[in-house]
Amino acid sequence: MSAANPTGLFEGLLHDLSIVRLKRTVRLGIKSLWLHRLRSLLTVLGIVFGVCSVIAMLAIGEGASYQAQENIKSLGSQNIILKSVKPPEEQKVSDKGSQSYVMQYGVTYKDVKNIRATIPGVTVVMPSRLIREYAWNISRRVDCEMVGTVPWYPEMRNHRVAQGRFFTETDMEGRANVCVLSAEVVSALFPLEAPLGRHIRVGGNYYQVIGVMEPRGPDVKGDEKQDTSKTTGKYLYLPLETIKLRYGEVLMRRRTGSFEAERIQLHEVTVKVHSLEDVASVADAIKQTLEHNHKKKDYDIVVPLELLRRAEDTKRIFNIVLGSIAAISLLVGGIGIMNIMLASVTERTREIGIRRALGARRHDIVLQFLVETVLLSGAGGVIGVLLGVAIPFVVTWTAGMKTIITFWSPILAFTISGLVGVVFGIYPAIRAAQMDPVEALRHE
Amino acid sequence: MASSIVQFDDVRKTYQMGLVIVEALRGVSFGIEPGDYISIMGPSGCGKSTLLNLLGCLDRPTSGRYLLGSEDVSQMSDDALSSVRGARLGFVFQSYNLIQQLSVLENIEIPLYYQGRPEAESRATALALASRVGLEARIEHKPFELSGGQQQRVAIARALVNDPLVILADEPTGNLDSTSGKEILRLFDELNRQGKTLIMVTHDNSVAEHARRAIRLRDGLIESDVRR
Repeated sequence: MSAANPTGLFEGLLHDLSIVRLKRTVRLGIKSLWLHRLRSLLTVLGIVFGVCSVIAMLAIGEGASYQAQENIKSLGSQNIILKSVKPPEEQKVSDKGSQSYVMQYGVTYKDVKNIRATIPGVTVVMPSRLIREYAWNISRRVDCEMVGTVPWYPEMRNHRVAQGRFFTETDMEGRANVCVLSAEVVSALFPLEAPLGRHIRVGGNYYQVIGVMEPRGPDVKGDEKQDTSKTTGKYLYLPLETIKLRYGEVLMRRRTGSFEAERIQLHEVTVKVHSLEDVASVADAIKQTLEHNHKKKDYDIVVPLELLRRAEDTKRIFNIVLGSIAAISLLVGGIGIMNIMLASVTERTREIGIRRALGARRHDIVLQFLVETVLLSGAGGVIGVLLGVAIPFVVTWTAGMKTIITFWSPILAFTISGLVGVVFGIYPAIRAAQMDPVEALRHE
Repeated sequence: MASSIVQFDDVRKTYQMGLVIVEALRGVSFGIEPGDYISIMGPSGCGKSTLLNLLGCLDRPTSGRYLLGSEDVSQMSDDALSSVRGARLGFVFQSYNLIQQLSVLENIEIPLYYQGRPEAESRATALALASRVGLEARIEHKPFELSGGQQQRVAIARALVNDPLVILADEPTGNLDSTSGKEILRLFDELNRQGKTLIMVTHDNSVAEHARRAIRLRDGLIESDVRR
């Protein structure tokens, strides 16, 4: 009996392979596996869980990062956002409660003028002010943030108007008492009626509702310190000039036992850069300009493009981690299958002997066991894909998280599970084929 | 003896068992003509099984020549031997050796399957043989649903399916009660009458009496070769 060499074995296998033969071998394999249903099922569980977790985790991760990226994109990837921030030292002073002290900080009109004048490649500069107030519709009240801004706000922030219109230059110049509501405010103030044309009261003034914005996801803040408590998503958009007229520059806030006054000219300024390549350099230039004019660090620069790149990096790391977990679980699953196939080969020694006596060549036996292993892992892959596709839906339904199943992830997971079958099936199959028929027939 | 379909010329077989070299066959020569019915007998350890394995192309002789039909199969490759087994030999074992997860019909088809015959043709041949051994009503049954005698008839049908040159039977009645045993032997007699060449290994004299020629082995050599 010559020592069979595996290469010759596979040459024979390839030479002899035909669709008809493969079909019959597959049918035979299904029959053998079906004979031990429970064992087959338990054997493939490793693969099932491996494949299923890969798809489900990828879908959840993809969904989360998609949402993060969408939020960042909604800030405008060509934009640079300057925010007024209360400098740390001032915060301490205000904590002491000095009553007559008026804090002055933040981005100023002068900064806007400077940026416009000195930095090339900057198109639109969009200043805005934020004032926190209660808004009333008769007896309904909502705690919201008034955003005093310019008419081109929607296009700069990729935030569209859902109903009605945004305010215009004319509204701005006339300091009109008009406002546009965010979707969250509408649901709080006008749960039943149509808001357009109605009036809401803020402080002592009435404003006509002329538009409603499209709903959007939660804000991405460059600085996590900012309060995101009650006013999240609740915005009233008003012409900047109207806000200036109504509120001036000094904001008074009543506290128990003291007043707190702040002088802030602009809360937020959005700068649009001509081209994506210039974003980084313009951001640097703005930083230098501001550093020059501000003694304290009372501003914050948010570059959505940088955030986007960071989010993409995070996603890549996440994918690598997921990939390694998947690889390990599939490896474990594959070893499980190999273990069972080795046991099965031993158990079926006699069958192998019979088949060999009746004319089966070594590569026929290899094919038989390899097909069985691939069928096992393939079936595990199919079950895993089905579960893996189902789980994200369940997650979306129960936890309300966004999930995205990319079309390649089931294909990839299934292909890998098939490959696992081939890789871990080869050794048991060769073991089966190399049995001596005489010995195998004698086996009890 | 030019018309022999089996020709053994000074066939030897030695095994290495640990440090000891066992000479199972020490120079065996004989020829078998087509249509013959031979019994091989001998005490255990005489080389019966070794001879049967060699006849069945399951093993290769250490030296000597074995012609099956007109082919020298004594030094063929493993794959070639498999093909020879599948195409020219039929096996009937003591313990039937049917594959449990396959139906009667599928068991009968196995040798044709490994020769790559078309499915429809194999099916027809297997069906014809199932009815020839009287099991046409049981073709969809699994082996464990059949009696020993029925299982052995399936095995005989399987041995006939490739229209072999020689049918090798290893104690075919060893696991059967006397009634079923007689039935099987009757089937063998009938096959032999139809021209099949049969070689039967047995230690039962009453079984060996069915054969026309009795070869007795002792210590790896032919002790006697008698024609009745």
